[in-house]
Amino acid sequence: MDFSLTDEQRMLQDTVERLVQDQYGFEQRRGYMQAEGGFTREMWNQFAELGLLGVPFAEELGGFGGGPVETMLVMEAFGKGLVLEPYVASVVTTGQLIADAGSDAQKSAVLEPLVSGELILAFAHGEPDNRYSNTQVATRAERSGSGYTLHGHKTVVLHGDSADRLVVSARTSGDTGDASGVSLFLVDAGAPGVSVQGYATIDGLHAAEVRLDGVQVGEDALVGAEGGAVPLIELTQDRGAFAVCAEAVGAMSVACDLTLDYLKQRKQFGVPIGSFQSVQHRMVEMRMELEQSRSATYKAAAKLDSDDPAARRRAVSIAKYQVGKGGRFVSEQSIQLHGGIGMTEEYNLSHFAKRIAMIDNQFGDADAHMDRFSEQMEVPAAG
Amino acid sequence: MDINFTPEEEAFRQEVRDFLREKLPAHMSDKVLNHKHLSKDDLVGWQKILYDKGWAAPGWPKKYGGPGWTPVQKHIFDEETALAGAPPLLPFGLAMVAPVIMNFGTEEQKERFLPRILSADDWWCQGYSEPGAGSDLASLKTRAERQGENYIVNGQKTWTTLGQYADWIFCLVRTDPDAKKQEGISFLLIDMNSPGITVRPIITLDGGHEVNEVFFDNVQVPVDNLVGEENKGWTYAKFLLGHERSGIAGVGRGKMELQRLKQIAAAERKNGKPLIDDPLFRSRVAQIEMELEALEMTDLRVIAAVQQGQSPGPEASMLKIKGTEIRQEIYHLVRQAVGPRALPFQPQALHGDTDDAVAPDYALSAAPTYFNNRKLTIFGGSNEIQKNIIAKMILGL
Ligand SMILES: Cc1cc2nc3c(=O)[nH]c(=O)nc-3n(C[C@H](O)[C@H](O)[C@H](O)COP(=O)(O)OP(=O)(O)OC[C@H]3O[C@@H](n4cnc5c(N)ncnc54)[C@H](O)[C@@H]3O)c2cc1C
Repeated sequence: MDFSLTDEQRMLQDTVERLVQDQYGFEQRRGYMQAEGGFTREMWNQFAELGLLGVPFAEELGGFGGGPVETMLVMEAFGKGLVLEPYVASVVTTGQLIADAGSDAQKSAVLEPLVSGELILAFAHGEPDNRYSNTQVATRAERSGSGYTLHGHKTVVLHGDSADRLVVSARTSGDTGDASGVSLFLVDAGAPGVSVQGYATIDGLHAAEVRLDGVQVGEDALVGAEGGAVPLIELTQDRGAFAVCAEAVGAMSVACDLTLDYLKQRKQFGVPIGSFQSVQHRMVEMRMELEQSRSATYKAAAKLDSDDPAARRRAVSIAKYQVGKGGRFVSEQSIQLHGGIGMTEEYNLSHFAKRIAMIDNQFGDADAHMDRFSEQMEVPAAG
Repeated sequence: MDINFTPEEEAFRQEVRDFLREKLPAHMSDKVLNHKHLSKDDLVGWQKILYDKGWAAPGWPKKYGGPGWTPVQKHIFDEETALAGAPPLLPFGLAMVAPVIMNFGTEEQKERFLPRILSADDWWCQGYSEPGAGSDLASLKTRAERQGENYIVNGQKTWTTLGQYADWIFCLVRTDPDAKKQEGISFLLIDMNSPGITVRPIITLDGGHEVNEVFFDNVQVPVDNLVGEENKGWTYAKFLLGHERSGIAGVGRGKMELQRLKQIAAAERKNGKPLIDDPLFRSRVAQIEMELEALEMTDLRVIAAVQQGQSPGPEASMLKIKGTEIRQEIYHLVRQAVGPRALPFQPQALHGDTDDAVAPDYALSAAPTYFNNRKLTIFGGSNEIQKNIIAKMILGL
C-alpha cells in the first residue's frame, strides 16, 4: 500500500491547485458566475489547454490516460476554489460514458471536441419522481421508422443549459422502475422538440430542465445496447458521486481552514473564541469528519474502476455516505463557529458551506447510499 | 399532578381555531406554509387583524391592552396560530422593548410608545449586537455622550433584523466609557428617521435581506428617550432575557414544520412509492416527532412554573437549545426529502413573481429555508452560550 503520488500525479495536482489559487479567488469567481451558463469559456479553454478535459480518457483519444486517482486530484483542487465549470457533467460522467459505451462514430464525433473544449456534454437522467433511482425512468423512446421518438421531462440536469449534446435515458420497453428496458441516447441539444430551461442552483452552479417533446433521433443515437442501460447509468452516477466526494473533501478542507483561522482571530470575552474548550472540541470533530471523508474517498478511488461492480458500489457508497454525513457536520458547524458572519453572502465561508451541504443532494444522499450499502452488506450466518 | 389541559383551556383552543378559520387570510398562510417571502404588509397586516380582536400582544397584561392570558393560554395561542400558518408576531416591539418600557419607562414613554407597538403602527428593531460585541454583548462600543438635552450617538450596530422597515430602534449604548464593562451601558430609544443614521443591507447565504448594519454618525437623541436610569441599561437587558422566554422552544412552529415535512414526504417519491413509506426516512421523521413531544412537555413544565409565579430562569436555555435543534433537523429533512430538486435557486418564485418555477414551492424553498435557519442556533444567545448558562446556573460548574 502506498499513499504517495507519482511524479505525474503530483504535477497534475500542482497544475490544478495553482490554477485555482491564481484564478479562482472569491471575487474572481463571482465575476465568472455572471457569464452565460454560470461559467466562462475562457476558463474552460484553459482547462482544455492544460489537458484537464482529457484526464480520464485514453491517450489515443487525446486524453491523459488517468484513472480515478487523477480525477480525484482534479476534483479536490476544484473543491478548494468552488470551480463552476461543467467538469463533472461533461468530462467525468457523460464523457466517460461515451468513452466506455459509445459507438466508434459517437466517440470520434464527441470525444475529441470534448477534450479540446469545443463541445460540452450533460447527462439527462433525473426526472421529477426519479429521486436518485437508476430505474425510475418515465421518459419514453418509441421506435419510429429507422430510429426513435423521445418524450419526457428531465429535471435538474447539471449544466444542461450549456450542453451541446445530451445523453438522455429513456424507456424503450417495460414500465417505470423496471430494471430492464432503459436505453441511452445521444441527443443534440438543439434538435427540434428539445427545450432547455436553465437556472442557477443554490450552490452557485447551473442546471436545467430538459423537455423532450417528440424528439426524433436515428438508430445511431443509441448509446450501448437497447434496453440494457441501467448498469451504465449506475456506473455513471457512481462516477459522479465519487467526483463530488473528492470535490467535497477540497471544499471541506477550506471550510475547516477558514474556521480554524477565525477561531484564532475572533475575540470575545477578551480571549480568542478558540480558547473555549467546547469550541476546540467542535473544531476537532470537524477535522475528524474531513479526514474520514478523505479516507472514504480514497477507498472509492481504489474500487471505482473495479471489474466487480459490487466492490465499486460498496466503496462509492461508503464515500458518499461519509461525505454526506461529515459534510453536513462541517458545513453546519463552520457556520455556527463563525456566528453571524458565517451566514453572510459577502464572506466566502458561506459559499463553501452551501456547496458542501448540497453535494448531498446529488448522486444519492447519505441515506440512499446507506440503503445501497446495507442491501449488499455481508452478514455471517447466525450463531 | 394533572398534566392535561382543563376544559376551559380546551374551550379557549377552540375559540382560537374558530377565529383563525375566519380571519387568517389564505394568501398569508399560503406564504407561511410554503416558506415564501412575507412582506412588511403581511406582517403588519396580520398584527392589525389580531389587534382588532384584542389579541395582538399575547404576553401583555390587560392594563396595557393585552388579553391578560395565562401562560398556558398564551402557549395554546402560539401553537394554534403556528399550526394554522399565521405570520409570526415579531418580537422586537411586542416582546422585547415593550416589557422594558412597561417596567422601567416613564408614564410619558408608556403612553407614547406602547399603543403604537400594540397597533403595529411603529415597527421596532433591536440594536444590541455590534461587530465586536456578539456573544460578549457587554463589550459594546457604540457611544452616547450627553450634550444638554440630547445624547450624541456614534457607532455601529449589526445583524439588525428587519431594520430596513423600522421606525424605531432600541439600543444598548455606552454612556460611561470609564466604568466596568456592564456598568456604563444605557438603554436608548432612537428614531430611525434621525439624521446621521444609515442602514446598510446584509445579504444572507440564502439570498435573503433580513439583517442590516446600522451606522450612527452624530445622531441626536433627546434624553427623554432614555429608558430608566443612565448606566443601568445592562440590568434592563438582563431583565429582558429573563422575560418572555416562554415560547422560546417554538413548539407550535415545530409542529407546523413537522406537519409540512410529512406532507412533503408523502408527495415525494422513492422508487415509485411515497417517501414517507420508506422505513429509513419514516424513522427519521418519527424520531423528530418523539423528541418534539418530549420538548412540549418540558415547555409545559416551564410554563406551569411561570403560571405559579416562578421565573423561568436558566431552564429556558434548555428550551432554546432543544427547540432550535429540532427545527434545524426538520429543515434538514425537508431538504433531504426533495432530493435533487432542492438545487434550483429561484428566489423570484418565492416572492411570487414568476411563472417559470421549475419545481413546487416546497422544493424551491427547501434549501434556502435550511440555510437561513442556521441562524436559530446563533442568535438570541448562541447554543454554546446557552450551554454555558446551564453549566453555570443549573449545574453550578
Ligand atoms: C439572522 C440573524 C439575526 C440577528 N438579529 C439580531 C437583531 O435583530 N439584533 C441584534 O442585536 N442582534 C441580532 N443578531 C446577532 C446575534 O445575537 C449574534 O450573532 C450572536 O449574539 C452571536 O454573536 P456573533 O455573531 O458575534 O458570534 P460570536 O460571539 O463571535 O461567536 C462565534 C462562535 O463562538 C461561540 N462562542 C462565543 N463565546 C463562547 C463561549 N464563551 N463559549 C463557547 N462558545 C462561545 C459562539 O457560540 C459562536 O459559535 C442576529 C444574528 C443573526 C445571525
